[in-house]
Amino acid sequence: MIAAIAVVALAIFPFAFPDPFYQQIVVTALMYGALGAAWNLVGGFLGRVSFGHAVFLGVGGYATLLLLRHANVTPWIGIPAGGIVAAAIALVVGRPTLRLTGHYFAMATIAVLAVAHVLMVNWSFAGGATGIEAPIADSFRLLLFRSRVPYYWIAFALAVATFAATLALVRAKPGYYWRAINGDEAAARALGVPAERYKMLAFVLSAALTGIWGGFYAIYVGFIDPDSAFSLTLSIQIVLVAILGGVGTIVGPWLGAALLIPLAEGMRVAMGGSGKGFDLLLYGVAIVLVSLFLPRGLITLRWRRAAA
Amino acid sequence: MPLLEVAKLSKRFGGLVANRNVSFSVDEGDIVAIIGPNGAGKSTLFNCIAGHDAPTSGSVRLRDAEIAGRAPEAIAALGLARTWQIPRSFGAMSVLDNVAVGALLHHRDPTRAKDESRRVLEAVGLRDRAMARAGELNVAGQKRLELARALATSPALLLLDEVAGGLNPTETIALVEILRAIHARGVTLVIVEHVLEVVMRLAHRVLVLDFGQVIAAKAPAEVVRDPAVIEAYLGRRP
Repeated sequence: MIAAIAVVALAIFPFAFPDPFYQQIVVTALMYGALGAAWNLVGGFLGRVSFGHAVFLGVGGYATLLLLRHANVTPWIGIPAGGIVAAAIALVVGRPTLRLTGHYFAMATIAVLAVAHVLMVNWSFAGGATGIEAPIADSFRLLLFRSRVPYYWIAFALAVATFAATLALVRAKPGYYWRAINGDEAAARALGVPAERYKMLAFVLSAALTGIWGGFYAIYVGFIDPDSAFSLTLSIQIVLVAILGGVGTIVGPWLGAALLIPLAEGMRVAMGGSGKGFDLLLYGVAIVLVSLFLPRGLITLRWRRAAA
Repeated sequence: MPLLEVAKLSKRFGGLVANRNVSFSVDEGDIVAIIGPNGAGKSTLFNCIAGHDAPTSGSVRLRDAEIAGRAPEAIAALGLARTWQIPRSFGAMSVLDNVAVGALLHHRDPTRAKDESRRVLEAVGLRDRAMARAGELNVAGQKRLELARALATSPALLLLDEVAGGLNPTETIALVEILRAIHARGVTLVIVEHVLEVVMRLAHRVLVLDFGQVIAAKAPAEVVRDPAVIEAYLGRRP
């Protein structure tokens, strides 16, 4: 119901607010909502908090731009390919790391991120530390546009697809099994849950979704480099959006992004050049407030009102 | 052919021998109780049978399949379910969803699994708590939930690790009735139990473990008169 209203509102939005600035904020919010929702499969439902999801975003972005620059492959193929490469990396990385739980898993994912960053900086074919740019063009085939409006619709469609995919997964058998493993892995296995397989499934699907959004991100921004893509800050922002909104819930990450991103972007503009880092300060304040008053995330607002 | 056959099973943790040459078999339709003082190796034996620990040596057969050292989920799929001495429910999930996790072993569709789960909850007397969060149940509720979850996998053999522990006498009698009903529906039971009332009322045979070894295997009425058993529990007469 709420989701339906949100979809309609988002569909009307570009007509009500033609200003590209507002559209850019919504695109960023949709992206973070989707990244949070994808992260949430592993971090929320499976209960393995990953600080390495920027790796999958970066890999998806690099795959898309490298294919475009070096092989002239359209992002229509490059973006899904980015998702597949991210999933393949998750398959390799997940094998040793998914045995860990709690802090140890979190630390391992930070380590993976650091390694990926160093590798990308030293990989000259991919532009090394300076990164790689998308060509300037206005082409439907290359998904490159001078106007920002087409990107809005791509983000919108991708967001709806991401929401539908996470909803379907969580409502189906995997969702039950993930929550059971999160609750007590040994007890879940005793009930016939093949824990290794289902943990890997969550990690790989989460990485694939994140990689697809990485491809979109790279095309949208038109540029990707190791510092902006393989960054711990980006990883943490994904985690924050999900945690602020409500971890382990379908709608939570979208709520978190809907609050945080406009706040941060608005602040950055309002402060102009004088208030460097002010948006980060605001992040901090928002986090403190939510964790103090809504420790289970923004999603609990509704329940509280209903209970009162 | 016995449903479960444990032969010369031993389990060592470093220098500690938790089970030594344990052999017994359970026929279809049996109710076997395993008793013994604390630290006798009862829970380790369960863990070795259900796949949570790999036995150091020996064999465990479920019907014609060798299951020693196999993964717990593979053993569960073969029709063996267990409960835990300390309840290990998925606290953040609803009671119904907890049971549905078990039912999903044989159902693809969560809706079907939930229908099945409601029937199981009815059978253990938890139907009216279906929508509560599992973490909110009291001890008696948790124990019944353990039972319901295991039953939802529709096992041929159910291992119960102290299901009556921590229950008051009324709850214990109610539980014995539930276990009788489960047995009447064709589930074979192996129970580890400290509450002798449950053992005496239910068990066809009693296996006594002490220091990891089987010291007696008899009918309940005989086992309480067995000098070796009395010695294991109370010590040697001076």
